[in-house]
Amino acid sequence: MDAGLLEPQTEAVKKEKMDSQVIFELSKPGKRSFVFPKCDVPLTDVKQIIPEKYLRQTKPELPEVGELEIVRHYTNLSRKNFSIDTHFYPLGSCTMKYNPKIHEEVVKFPGFSHLHPYAPEAWSQGVLQVLYDLEQSLCEISGMDRVSLQPAAGAHGELLGLLLARAYHTEISGNPRKKVILPDSAHGTNPSSAHIAGYEVVTIKTDANGEVDIKQLKELADEETAALMITNPNTLGLFERQILEIQKIMHDVGALLYYDGANLNPLLGVARPGDMGFDIVHINVHKTFTTPHGGGGPGAGPVGVKERLIKYLPTPTVEKVGDKYTLKHDNPDSIGKIRSFVGSVGILIRAYTYIRSLGQEGLEKVGKGAIINANYLLAKLKKVYTLPHDRICMHEFVISSKGVGKDLHALDVAKRLIDMNIHPPTIYFPLIVPEAIMVEPTETESKQTLDDFVEAMTQIVKESNENPELLHQSPQTMPITRPDETAAARQPKLRWRPE
Amino acid sequence: MDYIPNTEQDYKEMLAEIGVASFEDLIKEVPESLRQKKMSLPEGLSEPEVLKYFSELADKNHDGKGVLSFLGAGAYDHYIPTIVNHLAGRSEFYTAYTPYQPEASQGTLQAIFEFQTLMSELTALPVSNASLYEGATAVAEAAMAAFNSFRNRYDFLVASTLHPEYLETLKTYLAGLPLNFKLIPHKDGVLDLDFIKNNITESTAAVIVQNPNFLGSIEEMEEIGDIAASTNAVFVSVVNPISLGVLKAPGEYGSQIAVGEAQGLGNPLGYGGPNLGFFAAAEHLMRKVPGRIVGETQDKEGRRAFVLTLQAREQHIRREKAVSNICTNQSLLALRSAIYLAAIGKEGIQEVGRQNILKSGYAKEEIAKLSDYKIKNGAPFFNEFVVECPKKGEDVFETLAAKEVVPGLPLSRFFKERENDLLVCVTETKTKDEIDTLVKSLGDLA
Repeated sequence: MDAGLLEPQTEAVKKEKMDSQVIFELSKPGKRSFVFPKCDVPLTDVKQIIPEKYLRQTKPELPEVGELEIVRHYTNLSRKNFSIDTHFYPLGSCTMKYNPKIHEEVVKFPGFSHLHPYAPEAWSQGVLQVLYDLEQSLCEISGMDRVSLQPAAGAHGELLGLLLARAYHTEISGNPRKKVILPDSAHGTNPSSAHIAGYEVVTIKTDANGEVDIKQLKELADEETAALMITNPNTLGLFERQILEIQKIMHDVGALLYYDGANLNPLLGVARPGDMGFDIVHINVHKTFTTPHGGGGPGAGPVGVKERLIKYLPTPTVEKVGDKYTLKHDNPDSIGKIRSFVGSVGILIRAYTYIRSLGQEGLEKVGKGAIINANYLLAKLKKVYTLPHDRICMHEFVISSKGVGKDLHALDVAKRLIDMNIHPPTIYFPLIVPEAIMVEPTETESKQTLDDFVEAMTQIVKESNENPELLHQSPQTMPITRPDETAAARQPKLRWRPE
Repeated sequence: MDYIPNTEQDYKEMLAEIGVASFEDLIKEVPESLRQKKMSLPEGLSEPEVLKYFSELADKNHDGKGVLSFLGAGAYDHYIPTIVNHLAGRSEFYTAYTPYQPEASQGTLQAIFEFQTLMSELTALPVSNASLYEGATAVAEAAMAAFNSFRNRYDFLVASTLHPEYLETLKTYLAGLPLNFKLIPHKDGVLDLDFIKNNITESTAAVIVQNPNFLGSIEEMEEIGDIAASTNAVFVSVVNPISLGVLKAPGEYGSQIAVGEAQGLGNPLGYGGPNLGFFAAAEHLMRKVPGRIVGETQDKEGRRAFVLTLQAREQHIRREKAVSNICTNQSLLALRSAIYLAAIGKEGIQEVGRQNILKSGYAKEEIAKLSDYKIKNGAPFFNEFVVECPKKGEDVFETLAAKEVVPGLPLSRFFKERENDLLVCVTETKTKDEIDTLVKSLGDLA
């Protein structure tokens, strides 16, 4: 091998290694960043207070790094991310819309951020009012009678909803019932939540129109069915036209209808799940009410219910007595607590800020904007990609790269888009569509951005015919390309260790 | 304000491209009966109006300025270095999604990997996940992991000194599974070891113990670990991570799963949420760990790369057979904790623990000098202890709160028989003068 060629490569590798150094590799004994004030009480020796047997013998190896190094390290890490603020992010089923900056200001008000959850109620009237008013708003928006704000995420809300169903069936018939029905296009959390709630999962097929197979539903629904869990619009982005028939089938056998709120966004100003006959609804506030996704969380998944389920809601509930707001802990029929304290309050404050900013008129525009943007993209993209269900969509749609270009794979589309400065759509989900590409533009994107996306997607099809190798080698502009996920799972390296 | 960039003209052109005459044509599949029902909400507000509205609400809350609070009980006031807010406030972090596309998410992935390493160091256990919702649900997830590791053991021995909200969550969260929970009683605030010995069996899936416990005391974790090991039950410890620079770590006393609440590591009180659950485990339980996990690997060109890994445990792959339904992690809070721990560093984690012990120890000594007050903890504690007051705890709480000193949490809220008890928490944020003020306020009251 030519030595002259080798050297720059080694330099490049060395540079790359520097760029991906973990914070521990910057550590050097004696370096300091933040320093605590001196301890000013007369006691000085921990060992006189706590016997040695309870004390740690080997110290945890936390890094020793200077402040500027920490600032550069995390600032540079942030620059390795795609985010809504830097890139178009049409991730299907995730509703990646603009996260207004004012939300971040509001949660920082010390009255919200410094408050202890056990602070006297007289000191917490402001936050309790926000929670109370948010609950009222979510009831209005979803068409439900009461909402528990406690769940920390959508999946947490699902579990709560199914535990409510359990409590309800057990009380009225002494039988929690055995099974939960859900469509084959359901998000993985649905079957998993049902399983943890103690139910057997029964999957129902999606019919040729991309909707719940009504005939099969009629066969499956029986006296042992606790609930049907669906989204509407469904995971293909299509409105379930038979929803009123579906609710009748379920209610006729005494089962409950559960609404997974992952796809609530397009319904704002259009229709309400409560009016469709849903008994339990969870709302992903990090989607529809645009609280930041935070790189995976925190989110929140409030759960709304109809009148007959209110008494089972977890404690505490927020109540208004006269002109005072209060937390009610003693509800004899409640299923109990599902988390500590009151909820992911900082997230809920952001959601309520959004609701107050937009108001009635603004929120009604959300559904419209989301639906027009999605259908516009669909109309353009179906000319170049395969469309398994050619119908008007709601807020998102699923196309496929199968049969497109020269053996074009969804993965290649995704990786190539990264080089084009666009975050890829959701791929290989739902599982029922081969080479699925699930696109959700949201209402906060401009026509220009959508046009640019169509151009990029069209360009990729062209490239798959002319230069397929380019696609397989994408992305080339990022710090890494196509990491070995198999090796990561086979020889798990889940923490840093010194060499 | 609606944050919608498209104009009516844009929409007109877009509808034409779609091939429909109006928006109504796009929603004609929605039954008319549903379309007629409308939500009714107040009018929208402009930005200055929003700020005014919410700042007035925030001002109705007492924000801790000028008041002195000795509340803890699972939510702790620790100092947050300024760089935490600044760095975690970068929108490249907070407006990103779950890092499904590793090439476009190395920032989030590496930060989580560092968080996992930090939690692994603190707990002295080799595996950590990317975080969970909060402390109480983390305990329930730990119980589920223990159950999943056997599948034929249904019994749990659970400390009566576990945070009462965690205990209730544990029972509610797992109400759909056929599990039995037996409470381990305590004597003077620490667990009765004989009870554990006499009740542990070959069907015990886990022994779940909080340390320091809800009443502040340090439990006999090594002995409990030995008892749990006698039937191979999983020993779950529920720990306060900020204590682990000084107190013995889960991995050192034979605990195979450590969970808890990491809010105190760089996250604000925020009225109890969003909080930060964590989950660390021994190697052999790696594939039972719930939630996201990040691993290091190499990319096609041999460069260091970070990815979500061990996904065969998770709901999006395994559906109803997944080890947990967890999909989210508290990434942004985990990032804050990673920055916090990097900022205070190896020295700082020991210093913060030391100061919590010394300052709460000082408060205890001074309160013990008051003739009408009694300290209930027989065992050593980290930063919280129980004080028996000469009056009802709620009355002491209300009276002193009116004077801008919150002396601690009245335990009667959770335990009827503890009518006069307050749980007092003293962290490093309190000065000697402030502790003296608390002591004087209590003294004046009696």
